[in-house]
Amino acid sequence: MWKWLHSYADPERAYKLSGTLLPWFSILAILLVGTGSIWGLLFAPTDYQQGDSYRIIFIHVPAASMSMAAYMGMAVASFIGLVWQIKSADWAAAAIAPIGAVITFIALLTGAAWGKPMWGTWWVWDARLTSELVLLFLYLGVISLYASFEDKVLAARAAGILAIVGVINIPIIKYSVDWWSSLHQPSTIKITEKSTMSTDMLYPLLINIFGFGMMIGAITLIRYRAEILARNGMRPWVRELAKAEEAK
Amino acid sequence: MKRGISYTAAFMTLLQRDLRIAIRHRGDIFNPLLFFILVVTLFPLGIGPEPQVLTRVAPGIIWVAALLASMLSLERLFKADFSDGTLEQMLLSPQPLSLLVLAKVLAHWILTGVPLILVAPLLAVLLHLDSNSYGALMATLALGTPVLSLLGAIGVALTVGLRKGGVLLSLLILPLYIPVLIFATSAIDAAGLNLAYDGQLAILAAMLVGSLILAPFAIGASLRVSTN
Amino acid sequence: MQFESFAEFINMGGYGFYVWLSYGVTFGCLATLITLSVRKKRKVLIEIAKKMTREQRLKENRGTKS
Repeated sequence: MWKWLHSYADPERAYKLSGTLLPWFSILAILLVGTGSIWGLLFAPTDYQQGDSYRIIFIHVPAASMSMAAYMGMAVASFIGLVWQIKSADWAAAAIAPIGAVITFIALLTGAAWGKPMWGTWWVWDARLTSELVLLFLYLGVISLYASFEDKVLAARAAGILAIVGVINIPIIKYSVDWWSSLHQPSTIKITEKSTMSTDMLYPLLINIFGFGMMIGAITLIRYRAEILARNGMRPWVRELAKAEEAK
Repeated sequence: MKRGISYTAAFMTLLQRDLRIAIRHRGDIFNPLLFFILVVTLFPLGIGPEPQVLTRVAPGIIWVAALLASMLSLERLFKADFSDGTLEQMLLSPQPLSLLVLAKVLAHWILTGVPLILVAPLLAVLLHLDSNSYGALMATLALGTPVLSLLGAIGVALTVGLRKGGVLLSLLILPLYIPVLIFATSAIDAAGLNLAYDGQLAILAAMLVGSLILAPFAIGASLRVSTN
Repeated sequence: MQFESFAEFINMGGYGFYVWLSYGVTFGCLATLITLSVRKKRKVLIEIAKKMTREQRLKENRGTKS
């Protein structure tokens, strides 16, 4: 099994594999996010408590859950890259980081835009919002550390160590922020309980969660391909691609 | 295989060397301390001198200032050794790198963390800290500042080879400091209300033990990346 | 369909600003990210091609001088 996996550590094969996977991910992402969003915006019933403002949930929850998943993905890729010295995994981690940061930013912003009509303020120091903000800082740290090294092999290793340290810290941060907010805000504001959700609201939400996952996969593949090319500029197969691109 | 000197001897030698060097450059010890005191004095000027307000915010101010001071002083942890090549010698030595790194971090904590703990009660007086909270303040600082040194050293080790590491360092390590800040200040707050705060102290102690075990490996790996 | 008219759809029961702000920013950010990511590949390839021509020129110059 390991032998099979190692063959994809070869940059050219990884590039080709991601090229064949990309259309599938893209089509699924467009279909799912399109269906989920239109269903959510047009057909899902109006919430009897929150009115139509709850329709933000169809992008807020997918973005928030995927921001964590993307960080885990990045950390796992970094770990593989560090331990088994597989460079393709390092490039994958480098490809995910900016996407994760954007998704986290979206989760924060939609959370704020939802909070304003519901809670009356753009921002509350709620446990979930705070830990999401910290997650954004962690992403930005990884990205800027990766950008500061001239030598990208070292950059990937340094950013990988930071990503793994971050993963160990995320549960601690999450736990401490939960503790902190229960200490400072006895009357925490609850977002509508998931279990009370009618299926007409739940299906578009689930579809969008999968859709966001597929979309992150697709963007990761796009960035991953570019990253492979950038790191393998000396290889003949990349040079041929470059020649073809220049001729266009 | 002959290893030259024992682990204990290597640890003590490095510790003594770092302490001796720092005592010769006294500015390195006093500047972060002065920074700590100055930041704390700025707050009453900024938010007004009412004792009630200051009592309420004192734990937070002291701890945030301690975080910043420890971060500032950390920047020099590996810098000199990196630029004169001592660090590479250390990486090549037969002793395990995490042990040597631990000695350096311990030396750094003795030089910056301990003075900070000693001067903190004085600042607490200036900020009208609740009289019940002094014990908690000292205890949290004693448990928390070593964690700050250990976690911060990871960030320093990652950025030591970079020319513009300073601002980047704060972005890397301040998010990691958040749990320490939360539990330390909540312990001091609880003490001010005459509540038990041994739970928070236990968590801080757990963080200290955890980072004592894990951080040296991360620091060592980071140093290997930086000196490549 | 939950909405009677298009104007009602835009209004979102009075929460139009917040809902459309969220959706607008989300899809705006994602579109920017996707465009940048797609362009990145072309940029990388063109950079490599430029480097190749530079190397080619360097080689030719060296050949004529020596």
